Amino acid sequence: MQIYLPIAEVSVNAFLLLGLGGLVGILSGMFGVGGGFLMTPLMFFIGIPPAVAVATGANQIVASSFSGVLAHLRRRTVDLRMGVVLLIGGLIGAGFGVYIFNLLREMGQVDLLVRLCYVLFLGVIGALMFVESLRALQKSRSGKRPARKKHNWVHGLPLKVRFRTSGLYISVIPPLLVGLLVGVLAAVMGVGGGFIMVPAMIYILGMPTKVVVGTSLFQIIFVTGFTTVLHAATNHTVDMVLAVLMLIGGVVGAQIGTRIGVRMKAEQLRILLALMVLLVCGKLALELLIEPAELYSIGSDG
Amino acid sequence: MRIAHALILLLLMALPAQAERVVAGLSQARVSITTDFSGSEILVFGAVKREAPAPEGPDLNVVVTVAGPSEPTTVRRKDRRAGIWVNADMQDIGPAPTFYSVATSAPLSEILSPETDRKHRISIRRAIRGVGVTDNNYIDALIRIREDEGLYQISDRAVTLQQDTLFRAGIALPANLTEGAYATRIFLLRGGDVIDRYDTVIVVRKVGLERALYTLAYDQPLIYGILSLAIAIIAGWAASAVFRYFKP
Repeated sequence: MQIYLPIAEVSVNAFLLLGLGGLVGILSGMFGVGGGFLMTPLMFFIGIPPAVAVATGANQIVASSFSGVLAHLRRRTVDLRMGVVLLIGGLIGAGFGVYIFNLLREMGQVDLLVRLCYVLFLGVIGALMFVESLRALQKSRSGKRPARKKHNWVHGLPLKVRFRTSGLYISVIPPLLVGLLVGVLAAVMGVGGGFIMVPAMIYILGMPTKVVVGTSLFQIIFVTGFTTVLHAATNHTVDMVLAVLMLIGGVVGAQIGTRIGVRMKAEQLRILLALMVLLVCGKLALELLIEPAELYSIGSDG
Repeated sequence: MRIAHALILLLLMALPAQAERVVAGLSQARVSITTDFSGSEILVFGAVKREAPAPEGPDLNVVVTVAGPSEPTTVRRKDRRAGIWVNADMQDIGPAPTFYSVATSAPLSEILSPETDRKHRISIRRAIRGVGVTDNNYIDALIRIREDEGLYQISDRAVTLQQDTLFRAGIALPANLTEGAYATRIFLLRGGDVIDRYDTVIVVRKVGLERALYTLAYDQPLIYGILSLAIAIIAGWAASAVFRYFKP
């Protein structure tokens, strides 16, 4: 069934959109990533203009994250206090990020920088996470309990706050900084930042994986919600018909994903997320390295 | 004296052009884009009106062009820099039609002289003006990409001409149309020159839900944005509620 999208001005198959939304929704519920880094390239692939894909993707992520957070809230796997601290950092960071993005756009080559950013961050994060979770999995197989609560520089800072859900008593400075950094990257790369936030929460803040997913989704709702309204108000690039089709698939997928995620071991979850991150990274790297079939591309702006 | 001579000669040359005129119509002058819009075919038909019997000489041919609204267009070219493929160069093409279709009764190169093409901008290459573009590769690339997307079409012999009088042509409009006025031109050609032309317009417009959302998005962007957000939140909540109902 073909549907004409009023803002994107293209005609696409409705079931294809439902399916794509569902797939990304499952990943979102399982891993606590918004799925923007997967959704946006997929939308390019079916012929939706990049600007519309980025803005509408943000709108769709709000829906699947909200659906996922509600499921996590009932399981008490959302650290609201930590979420708020990360969010404060995130919003400040996003402001910085938009400023940097505009600065780079004036210099040109922003497209290349975004791609390089993706390859670099996805590659490093994916590889680190993969190696670490593989080790953790081997340890748990051999019967030894992994020593989790390590003391590092994070625990020596002032302004300590108790994060009960995460079982942490740490300074608010590291979460604020993590939020800030992710906010900057999210704005520059045009995504919610879940795939950076999740590993940062696990490895820098030392939060338990089960809590990380819900908390990450919690702050993604606000970041992407803010982005959606901003895009709609300034660029008119949010396509409601496209968003509705994808979010129907997305919210259902997120519910299923959350249920799959709860049944899996934390190490397995991390390995899968690492593999997915590496896969996207590989694809983007290949695009940069292999000679494209069509060297030319059309842009409508000047 | 010499000027008068030239004038008479010119008048004599112009006379046969007045002897044949084109009258034409469209199966529909409006295309409505609804939610289930998946392209449309417009029939262009008409006849050649004559005061006198058809003149001897080169064959009569008909060309139909439909041009969508023009937009300023930029073409970028990728190149290998330090081992990676990046957008290295770009070229402003200037206004180029978002859609362009040429239907002819015989291959365009055989029935149209380059001078006439330049004057009336009939072929795809001429319809894109490309003022000040030095490197033709960019324009060729634009044509190639848009042809692959079905936005630029050239259909030789798509116009059926019967007994040098009646003609008709089907113009396929793809699903990915932009809104606007689509200038439609019908040319009568003899010996490479245009002897008459007929201009009309096909109006492509979004209707119903498509129109309402488009208008809201541009006139009340903030309300539209908040509404999009509200839909997302409600959908997220609804899915969660439904799943809880089925799986406690």
